[in-house]
Amino acid sequence: MKSKTYLTLFFVLGLVVIAGLFDLSMIAKRPFRLGLDLQGGTHLVYQADLSQVEKKEWASTMEGLRDVIERRVNLFGVTEPIVQTEKAKDSWRLIVELPGVKDVSEAIKMIGQTPYLEFREPKPNYDELVKNNQDKIESGEMKIDELFQPTSLTGKYLKKAQVTLDPNTYEPRVSLQFNSQGAKIFEDLTARNVGKPLAIYIDNVLISAPVVREKISQGKAQITGRFTPDEAKKLAQNLSAGALPVPIKLISQETVGPTLGALSLQESLRAGAIGFLAVIIFMIIFYRLPGLLASISLIIYVVLALALFKAIPVTLTLAGIAGFILSIGMAIDANVLIFSRMREERREQKSFERIIEDGFARAWPSIRDSNMTTLIVALILFGLGTSFVKGFALTLALGILISIFSAVFITKNLLRCFINTWFEKRQILWK
Amino acid sequence: MEINFIKHRKIFFFISGVMVLGSIVALLLFGLRWGIDFVGGSIIEIEYDNNRPAVQEIKSTLENIGLEDFSVQEMGQKGILLRTKEISEDTHQKILNVLKKSAPLKETRFEFIGPVVGKEIRDKTKIVILLAITSILLYVTFAFRKVSYPVSSWQYGLATIIALFHDVLIPVGIFAVLGKFYAVEISVPIITALLTVFGYSVNDTVVVFDRIRENLLKRNLPFDEIVNKSLNETLSRSISTSLTTLFVLFAIFFFGGYTLRYFSLALILGISLGTYSSICLASPILVSWTKRS
Repeated sequence: MKSKTYLTLFFVLGLVVIAGLFDLSMIAKRPFRLGLDLQGGTHLVYQADLSQVEKKEWASTMEGLRDVIERRVNLFGVTEPIVQTEKAKDSWRLIVELPGVKDVSEAIKMIGQTPYLEFREPKPNYDELVKNNQDKIESGEMKIDELFQPTSLTGKYLKKAQVTLDPNTYEPRVSLQFNSQGAKIFEDLTARNVGKPLAIYIDNVLISAPVVREKISQGKAQITGRFTPDEAKKLAQNLSAGALPVPIKLISQETVGPTLGALSLQESLRAGAIGFLAVIIFMIIFYRLPGLLASISLIIYVVLALALFKAIPVTLTLAGIAGFILSIGMAIDANVLIFSRMREERREQKSFERIIEDGFARAWPSIRDSNMTTLIVALILFGLGTSFVKGFALTLALGILISIFSAVFITKNLLRCFINTWFEKRQILWK
Repeated sequence: MEINFIKHRKIFFFISGVMVLGSIVALLLFGLRWGIDFVGGSIIEIEYDNNRPAVQEIKSTLENIGLEDFSVQEMGQKGILLRTKEISEDTHQKILNVLKKSAPLKETRFEFIGPVVGKEIRDKTKIVILLAITSILLYVTFAFRKVSYPVSSWQYGLATIIALFHDVLIPVGIFAVLGKFYAVEISVPIITALLTVFGYSVNDTVVVFDRIRENLLKRNLPFDEIVNKSLNETLSRSISTSLTTLFVLFAIFFFGGYTLRYFSLALILGISLGTYSSICLASPILVSWTKRS
């Protein structure tokens, strides 16, 4: 019996040593993954306007969008940016996470400057519209936009853009080269609009509307728009870096400065340490030797939980740390239940071994029940919550599960070591 | 030593009744101040490098650039918290630039939530609350399905639920008061804390009821004595457990930084009330029901 206990404890000790070294990065150097609220950074959510795109192409369009933005963000030189798409009910979102960005507004501007290039063709009744509304168009009462309708040719199909000079006027212009798919669309578009203008829009503003003279097959187009050389250069650069396949709009942003992040991390860790010490002091005063053993289990619990957070890895946010600290306070509950039971069993003149075994066995239903409800709520919160809630629920749930293991399994084996020893008879240690 | 909780139950009922009533009145009078998570808007947190200008001065500076519908609150030694409706990145930069002119500062946090996202969080939170309440109710019914004498299993369930609402309603009432007088907002973290209270404080009650169930089988005593005995037997556990949890929560409250302050406050309130209600409310209610019938 006892040799088995020692063997188990030896095994646990080995596990704890490995986990502890892992926590401290003494083996397998791997940092804790910190959330943006702790390391500083910005979290941006963009909504994509997919109204002009066919439903079956939504997923691929979003992928294209992600690639474009990813390239943009990489230009900005952020370490480990995250750009991902997310489907929210009936709309698609683009999530951009930029850790440690110093100048967020610059980053947002840069993403925002990604141009949305779009070709529009004349409406079927274009000639009629122009004829009937000549005055209104000239007086500006009727917008030119109303003469055109969207096409599927957008920045999605753009291969590259560069500044060239108009051979006749020497004005700078932006030359576009479409990829093969885009060239095909452009060919169709020009074929059916010979003699009519094609409108080129950037960010929903009409830049130019050249008249199509003939079908164009090589996928080349020019934007002339009375650019200054600088404007032309900037537009070409922005287009080359990637044009948006669909328009996007910033719908939420959360930015935490690096100082606040560091402060939050420091304060929450300090709070955790103080709480942890308070629990240990309380347990030793109130429960004597068992309290000390429970404290050892609690330390083991913290070491194991941290190793698990690192291994999975769990992104530690402020909420996550709060959940973990809370679980330290709750973790001890299992031991409290067990020790209270053991005190009662002690009154019934049982052998020390029976006291331990019965104490654990009788406390188990309560331990199970009392953790179950918290676990249920944590799971619901994790399944449905926002990122704050998820971080909290995850560490709380993981904490509860590991704590049951440490409180029941480890404490029990620690207690068993005292069977048939000098300590067993010392009432003062166990009262 | 045995404390007679049952004998003094009327006093406890009175105390709880007053607190619950007070919370309802506070809720009706003040309502809740919803955070931008739920209604959309922007929050800018600023830390001044040296001295913080007076709030009134900051306000008039912002009014001068045409900002409407905003509030400025002092935070800590050198910080301010600025709340507005949703603003564009341009306006955001304009605000920072104009404030920087009067005194050097750093922006420590900026949060912007559009109305669509706000509505989404609102909808999601509603579902989470409903699901959490339903599953706890189901769990309680399940846990006490085998108990029937002398009160039936649904009465255990009902007593648990009364205690639960007591534990959550009073903190909500307190937050209504805090919202009115200290501009404390109900945010996602606070809802999370209250839901955690929902899951956690049911434990205490379940553990006491478990003991009542066990003692009913073991001893042949009147019901009120059994309940009182069970309460006394589980008392040290109840107190130890909440104390250890409260220790860590108070540590977060005092040392964990202001971001977690109200989150931990909601948990502290809920868990303290949970312990109180499991001892002084849930079990005595059971006794009252048997006395009446």
